[in-house]
Amino acid sequence: MSHAVHSPGRPDVSAQAPALEVRGLGKSFHIGGLFSSQAVRALHHVDLTIGRGEIVALVGESGSGKSTLARCVARLEKPSEGAILLDGVDVLKRDRFQASRSFRSQLQMVFQDPFGSLNPAHRVEHFLRRSLAIHGKGGTSQRGSEEQTKRRLEELMTTVGLQADMLNSYPHELSGGQRQRVSIARALAVEPEVILADEPTSMLDVSVRIGVLNLMRKLRDEQGISMLYITHDLASARYLADRTAVMFAGEIVEEGESLDLLAHPAHPYTQLLVSAVPDPARAGSYDPVHRAKLRQAVMASTTCAFQNDPDQRCSADEPVRHQVGDPLNRHWVRCHLYRPSSGGGGTALATEPLPEPSPAD
Amino acid sequence: MTVSQTSFGSHEPVLDVKNLTVKYIGDTRSTTAVDNVSFSIGAGEVFGLAGESGCGKSTIANSIMRLLKDPAKIAAGSISFGGKDVLAMSQGELRRFRWQDVAMVFQSAMNSLNPVLTIGEQMADIFTTHAGYSRQESLRRAAQLLELVRIDPARLKSYPHQLSGGMRQRAVIAMAVALKPSLLILDEPTTALDVVVQQEIMAQIKDLQRELGFSVLFITHDMSLMVELSHRMAVMYGGRIVETARAHDIYTTPGHPYTQALMGAFPPLTGPRIPLEGLPEGVKFQNIPDLAEVAPGHFVAPFDADAEAAVFEGAAQ
Repeated sequence: MSHAVHSPGRPDVSAQAPALEVRGLGKSFHIGGLFSSQAVRALHHVDLTIGRGEIVALVGESGSGKSTLARCVARLEKPSEGAILLDGVDVLKRDRFQASRSFRSQLQMVFQDPFGSLNPAHRVEHFLRRSLAIHGKGGTSQRGSEEQTKRRLEELMTTVGLQADMLNSYPHELSGGQRQRVSIARALAVEPEVILADEPTSMLDVSVRIGVLNLMRKLRDEQGISMLYITHDLASARYLADRTAVMFAGEIVEEGESLDLLAHPAHPYTQLLVSAVPDPARAGSYDPVHRAKLRQAVMASTTCAFQNDPDQRCSADEPVRHQVGDPLNRHWVRCHLYRPSSGGGGTALATEPLPEPSPAD
Repeated sequence: MTVSQTSFGSHEPVLDVKNLTVKYIGDTRSTTAVDNVSFSIGAGEVFGLAGESGCGKSTIANSIMRLLKDPAKIAAGSISFGGKDVLAMSQGELRRFRWQDVAMVFQSAMNSLNPVLTIGEQMADIFTTHAGYSRQESLRRAAQLLELVRIDPARLKSYPHQLSGGMRQRAVIAMAVALKPSLLILDEPTTALDVVVQQEIMAQIKDLQRELGFSVLFITHDMSLMVELSHRMAVMYGGRIVETARAHDIYTTPGHPYTQALMGAFPPLTGPRIPLEGLPEGVKFQNIPDLAEVAPGHFVAPFDADAEAAVFEGAAQ
């Protein structure tokens, strides 16, 4: 069963070191005035591995720490603790203070807002040419290389599904979907091994979203680029990603093969998320009593689904990982007994009152 | 929930929009944002308006509220609300009409609260301005409103930034239903919110609607959400309605290729992973004709078979 859900043509993952590995990553933000010692813990002990040519989705609500994780991995924020291994090398040790150019050429980001991430004063050609020049992929120093650069620019545009003559367009002349494709082309120009995409489709029109997701899959299939796809849309995570990790209050609570995880969510928070996705096929399924129970279980669970399993130890002290279902799916869930630490990122769950159990209508 | 579905058509409509055309008039060229659109909403009915950005959904909502500003101009058509001609209303009439008859929750409504006034002051303001209550009575009613959307009345003393996005959005919805309007316009009410909060707010709107019996014009691009909430819906493209029917009929048997593409743009949560194709780039529908009835209550704009073939060709690739 698990073989059937893997996409065909995916490179063998187990052969080398994973493309990206995050170990015990933590990040606290200082809050309050100059003399305040308060801090918000946005990330706590996050472990995440992205195999070569693998797409991993990171889902969770706003404030759960998804974007902080991406910003830490992209070295836009300095993590408080932990290690980031790119290609097996700890980049936090190698480039201690800021990201090096070689790091940037291995890892690129695609941001949420294509309207904000492209300078309106420049033509499309400028963005791509700059990427090529900075990372020396266009060969601008050699004679006759101008033609090469031109060819490469056109090739990039074709890869992301745009017309080559759009190189002369300004961002305002393009639609949202086209702009996001330019952002992807800009990341591709560097020939990265890993792309971090932070909600790349949430600002786009619905009918072009699928096109951008299909493009990301195509890049993975054809060029073997590994991706971390950050989203709050479970359906698109299921559509695109091989594996999905669920983040809650700065910690990963469940991870597994995407189809398996969404079909058999084990953590109450994942169940809450899955049940909240609008689905016309099960209209009118809102059950406030059940949802109140799930919320309760997320915030302060007293039981664990694996308590009666003799092979898996339950513990509230440290994040114990329980294996769910077939080992081939590498689907694990954090022990339900473990409680989210105080000071974790603010979540909607923590601040809103529980709905009173009302008679079901 | 099926009440208005079965009674659809038998009631005097609350809102009747006929042949509405709105143009944005520029110096050199003008754009027709809404082109000859007609629909009506019955009492207690939830009517959905779906479509992408730029298709004219919000322009319709703003026309109903008479909020359009230059260069937008209503070029033709009529809007009648409970028998009154909305387009002929004077400023004084409009002042009563807005909020008492029709209330609107805007996109990213949570940012439409005034950051320097407490929630209580802003809510009490509705009652002192529109209903003429004393301050004390207004505050008491504001507390009731907050309870209606399950927010602790102690929050009346909070400033907007002290509430979460979901709570702010619920406070705005509570304000919208404060004067018991007979029509509530929701323009993408949950776009900026997380799914869990979104589901709660939608469930709350459903509850309020059942309790207070108002009609809803629900605007969104999220087809799944719309099918779940609406009784009837219309799909817009380029200022035209291309299909209108009961929500369930559109979900099960979408007639227009654009509706089919829009439906196909949402990956399912169950079943095998099937490659989907949104609307392929370059497919444009032009000169969309008037709607024709294909089944009882199900209207679809006749379309060019070539355009349809192009859509399916794209999906097959």
